Amino acid sequence: MRFAVITFPGSNGDHDALMAIQMGLGQPVELVWHTETDLSRFDCLIIPGGFSYGDYLRAGAIARFAPVMESVRAFAEAGGPVLGICNGFQILTEAGLLPGALLRNASLSFECAWVHVRVDNDRTPWTRALAPGTILRLPIAHGEGRYYADDATLERLEREGRVVFRYVDADGRVTPEANPNGSLNNIAGVCNERGNVVGLMPHPERAYDRLIGGDDGLRVLSAVLRAGVAAASRS
Amino acid sequence: MTSEKAWRADVYVALKAGVNDPQGLAVRDGLHRLGYDEVSQVRVGRYIQVWLEAPDEEAAAARVREMCERLLANPVIEEYRFHVVRA
Repeated sequence: MRFAVITFPGSNGDHDALMAIQMGLGQPVELVWHTETDLSRFDCLIIPGGFSYGDYLRAGAIARFAPVMESVRAFAEAGGPVLGICNGFQILTEAGLLPGALLRNASLSFECAWVHVRVDNDRTPWTRALAPGTILRLPIAHGEGRYYADDATLERLEREGRVVFRYVDADGRVTPEANPNGSLNNIAGVCNERGNVVGLMPHPERAYDRLIGGDDGLRVLSAVLRAGVAAASRS
Repeated sequence: MTSEKAWRADVYVALKAGVNDPQGLAVRDGLHRLGYDEVSQVRVGRYIQVWLEAPDEEAAAARVREMCERLLANPVIEEYRFHVVRA
């Protein structure tokens, strides 16, 4: 499966993603500069973390207008798997490809820590290999990760099972203490209606080997391979 | 040098009333520590100035409203107001 990692000026998680896919998954991957517009050679896209365009105005607000984003939108609308990590999640919400928004952490602090998240939806290409209730240990590193959506949107996301990842304690319980940023309903990640576009604040690409503290992130990144096989066998 | 068509929009963007504003809470607590006990609430927003050309004030306002909806504010979480003056 051929991965693209989209790089914007100010991205800093792009090389982490590149390494995770090369070394952790052993799959072909390319960094794609934000001015490129042809994504036809790729099977899935990763929008990495960082501070695209310095997070000016709002995190993700300017990146959304990068030339590559029209192609990202077309790729997503065609059902291609897209994963937005951290700043990538912020960009996807600003672009309207995912619902809600990411606000300043309730603590007002940049939160840099290992957290536990529970997989609450196994129907996305990025969680297909994981049973609902699976608990993953992943790092977070963000100042603006407090998930917000209005009441109607939140109710709809919960009803449709579109909360993909939720901050929990080590035993899988949703508690205020396990919520690192004040996200509504402890939401760490959501998907679009179709389920092919997923965004999350934690960094699976920074947890692909026990040498760097953990390898649970690989379970998210590798799920898409199984999804790819499933898609290929259907066609 | 001023032109008949030169306008400046002063745009104020802030989180919607229902959205928790931890920055505002922190500033409120700071004001309380300075002795301003009469302060009940603080909300922190953003002030943006935009210089533009438009045939008249109404046209300038229409353009600025569009800019607010599309970029200057995020309608999911923020509200905005602005006024247009001659530049």
